[in-house]
Amino acid sequence: MPEARRRTQTEDWTRAARPTGLYHLVLLKFARNRVALAGLICLALLLLAILFAPQATPYDPIGKNTPERNQAPSLLHPFGTDRLGRDIASRVLYGGRVSLRVGFMSIGLAVLVSTPLGLIAGFFGRLPDNVIMRVMDLILAFPGLILAIWLVSILGSNINNVIIAIAFFSLPTFSRLIRGITLSIREMEYVMAARSVGAGSLRIMFFHILPGVLGPMIVLTTLGVSGAIVAGASLSFLGLGVRPPTPEWGAMLADGRNYLRTQWWIAVFPGMTITLVVLLLNIIGDALRDALDPNVRA
Amino acid sequence: MSQYILRRIAIAFPLILAVTTVVFIVLRVGLPGDPAQIMAGDRASPEQIELIRSKLGFDRPVLEQYFIFMRNLARGDLGRSVKFREPVRGVIARAFPFTVTLTFLSVAVGTAIGLTIGVITAVYQRTWVDNIGIVLTVFFFSIPTFFLGLLLILIFSVGLRALPVQGTGSWRHFVLPVATLAVGQSALIARLTRSSMIEVLSADYVRTARAKGLAQRRVLSRHALRNTLIPVITVVGLSVGGLLGGAVITESIFGLPGVGRLAIDAISNRDYPMIQGAVILVAASFVFVNLIVDIIYAFVDPRIRYA
Repeated sequence: MPEARRRTQTEDWTRAARPTGLYHLVLLKFARNRVALAGLICLALLLLAILFAPQATPYDPIGKNTPERNQAPSLLHPFGTDRLGRDIASRVLYGGRVSLRVGFMSIGLAVLVSTPLGLIAGFFGRLPDNVIMRVMDLILAFPGLILAIWLVSILGSNINNVIIAIAFFSLPTFSRLIRGITLSIREMEYVMAARSVGAGSLRIMFFHILPGVLGPMIVLTTLGVSGAIVAGASLSFLGLGVRPPTPEWGAMLADGRNYLRTQWWIAVFPGMTITLVVLLLNIIGDALRDALDPNVRA
Repeated sequence: MSQYILRRIAIAFPLILAVTTVVFIVLRVGLPGDPAQIMAGDRASPEQIELIRSKLGFDRPVLEQYFIFMRNLARGDLGRSVKFREPVRGVIARAFPFTVTLTFLSVAVGTAIGLTIGVITAVYQRTWVDNIGIVLTVFFFSIPTFFLGLLLILIFSVGLRALPVQGTGSWRHFVLPVATLAVGQSALIARLTRSSMIEVLSADYVRTARAKGLAQRRVLSRHALRNTLIPVITVVGLSVGGLLGGAVITESIFGLPGVGRLAIDAISNRDYPMIQGAVILVAASFVFVNLIVDIIYAFVDPRIRYA
């Protein structure tokens, strides 16, 4: 059957010609990491529950419900109720909206600002590099959380200022990474080839260098979001940031710390939730790093 | 060597100068509203506000204010605390030892434990020991300081009644705060040591050391560990920044009268000279620690000092 044989051979060729680009390989490698895949699914489910908190919970996260106050965890209230009778599980889900907003928006802002900064510093070198990197050194001279506490205390404690403060102290981490990779890619032959066919600096930066920066950036962003969630919750824990009665994980822990002896669940469940989210993000970030590292075998 | 150290010191000083300038600019120029009004509080009379303004020199040109600020700073004068009604320097000098003790003990304990775990998991790579190590370190790396602190209180103070929750009376008061910070530190160092050690163990010189018949213990301690330490030392220095931030939370949870709690109290009291003093001190300490780390680094890695 020469015809059938020819067909299978063509199939073999098409199979061989399937995309085997870097990101395809990375995704394959990531998908083979079962722990990371399970973590990704867990995180997605948790995010869905948080996004659809009004649909997911029958309780009001803010209004008082005095008859049901200080209840230990039960079937009706899996995480118990606080001293105003509010369902902790509902407040945890609603609180997640604030914490995740802080985590994603602050890192999003940091990436948006530091990407051009890092590209410019790495690509042009000399004066722009010196100015940008010395400013980053200056920001790095302040310990992150201390800088955020200080900025929020000056700007005023609300969630937008928390986001700005966390984005600000994250700038050096991202711009240093982007600068470093840009420095090495700038010297590659394909960049010279692009230049020789007449590509301008902007085009080279965004179309030829930026794609090479993306991989490590995704890893750093994942780990950055988990750090930003903790930083945001830390600020609220210290009373800077979200004000009661708005539910937020750090603020809920701060509230619960006064009732550890009698109502441990007020602090423990929000704390466990934030630990879980951060843990999942870190596992996913680690797996992405391994997947992107050609030295690590799947 | 001495040239390298001098060069590092020459970089650190302008950095501290820039840090203090930024602190000055943010508080005197960037602060929304009138600082004298903010310090005096909402119910102050115009005369009181005027008095504060002239006392702190806010009525002078900004540039003159800056030179006065820097001159005072050079003399170690950080201004007067609005709340304590005494020089900021004195108040901070009483609080600083607590923060230094807490941070130093956490770095020392956390790094020692982290190094041990990192080396063991790297040596027993891809065995059950390694797997347990990976799970534990990623967990303790993820748990936020404020939650860990409360959990430790719940377990050791409320549950077992073994350790005191708050205060500074004895060494026992430091056990939980140090543990709170050291756990995260050890997880960070363990993860880093493991990956660094794994890389070193596959290096040619380790194979050579094994090939010439050295015992495992000697290969690990003399050849592998030394080179593993190089990236670890940098991270230990950088982690001090995280620990100083963590110290704010830990001090607030365990009622330790350190600089972190002082700063938080100063923020709620709008005690701006105090906030300014605390921020300058913390940033300067962090720059100083990293200067020390860079110098240690040059001792450990000769490539740095001859570069």
